[in-house]
Amino acid sequence: MAAGHSPLEQFAIHRLVEMHIGGVDVSFTNSSLMMVIGVALMSAFLTLSPKRNALVPGRWQLLAEMSYELIAKTVRDSVGSEGRKYFPFVFTLFMFILFCNSLGLIPYSFTVTSHIIVTFALAGVIFVGVTILGIVRHGGKFFSLFLPPGVPIALAPLLVPIEFISYMSRPISLSVRLAANMMAGHTMIKVFAGFVVALGIFGIAPFIFIVLLFALETIIAFLQAYVFAVLTCLYISDSVHLHH
Amino acid sequence: MTANKPPPSLEDLDRRLREARSKHDPAKADPSRATSIGQALRLATEMASAVFVGAVMGWGLDELLGTRPWLLLLFLALGMAAGTLNAYRTAMRLSAAADKTDKDGGPSA
Repeated sequence: MAAGHSPLEQFAIHRLVEMHIGGVDVSFTNSSLMMVIGVALMSAFLTLSPKRNALVPGRWQLLAEMSYELIAKTVRDSVGSEGRKYFPFVFTLFMFILFCNSLGLIPYSFTVTSHIIVTFALAGVIFVGVTILGIVRHGGKFFSLFLPPGVPIALAPLLVPIEFISYMSRPISLSVRLAANMMAGHTMIKVFAGFVVALGIFGIAPFIFIVLLFALETIIAFLQAYVFAVLTCLYISDSVHLHH
Repeated sequence: MTANKPPPSLEDLDRRLREARSKHDPAKADPSRATSIGQALRLATEMASAVFVGAVMGWGLDELLGTRPWLLLLFLALGMAAGTLNAYRTAMRLSAAADKTDKDGGPSA
């Protein structure tokens, strides 16, 4: 990293292709580029790796099957057998976030998921989708989610707003968690990278730290994608089964 | 008699195997609790986001009804309650998942 660069500069958005439609800036940015690369790699990974369909899987096929199994098990465990039809959605979400997170670990690339607007859009889609799903499946009964059974009616004026706020906070916590994790880790790496240059020969200490931090970031890239998928499953399960 | 020790039971062997395996690969033992900092962050965001939502709702209603600042205060309190509820539920879920992992030794959500 050149001197004088802020550790936050990695999150800057640049327009690659300027586009304006009806006064709205819809330019193709570096963020869009990384998303396209992520989707392309993810599609290539999942369609090419099990191509030979060997009985004894190769390395790539094993990886693809492992990610499939992981999410299939997660969906089955938290939603049950009715969860099968939501599997494609959860799996797509998981793979997209996993690829965006992992691509961001490559030096000089851009981490799409470090931007709260991206994760909030994802979380917003889940939130709206899950709410519609619940209303379609249960009609008016869906709103019993805000009043747990067995609660005296006198407590309802207090509990319903609390449950409602708790419900509304889901997309916020979902999106903030992912974006904050990504941003904090990447900023920390850049800050310590600055120390390496500034400390000269003693820069070896922060350098070792960065190597360790990078390992942690690799775990977090996977873990946050997984947590996102798990919570999506939990929200779907709440809408399908109507209990916490 | 002491020389003729009974062989270790299968359950004992199973338990020791599981211990050895989880030591060998701690991250795989349960992906959802591989890092404690991840767990802490999860609880913190659950708490903070509810307070935030409560504050925004109270502020919005105040703007709408012109009752500033009473609804903001009320909804902040409700938001804190909701945040505590969120954090409590998440903590219960995490410990339930941890119990399940201890019991059947497999990864769980």
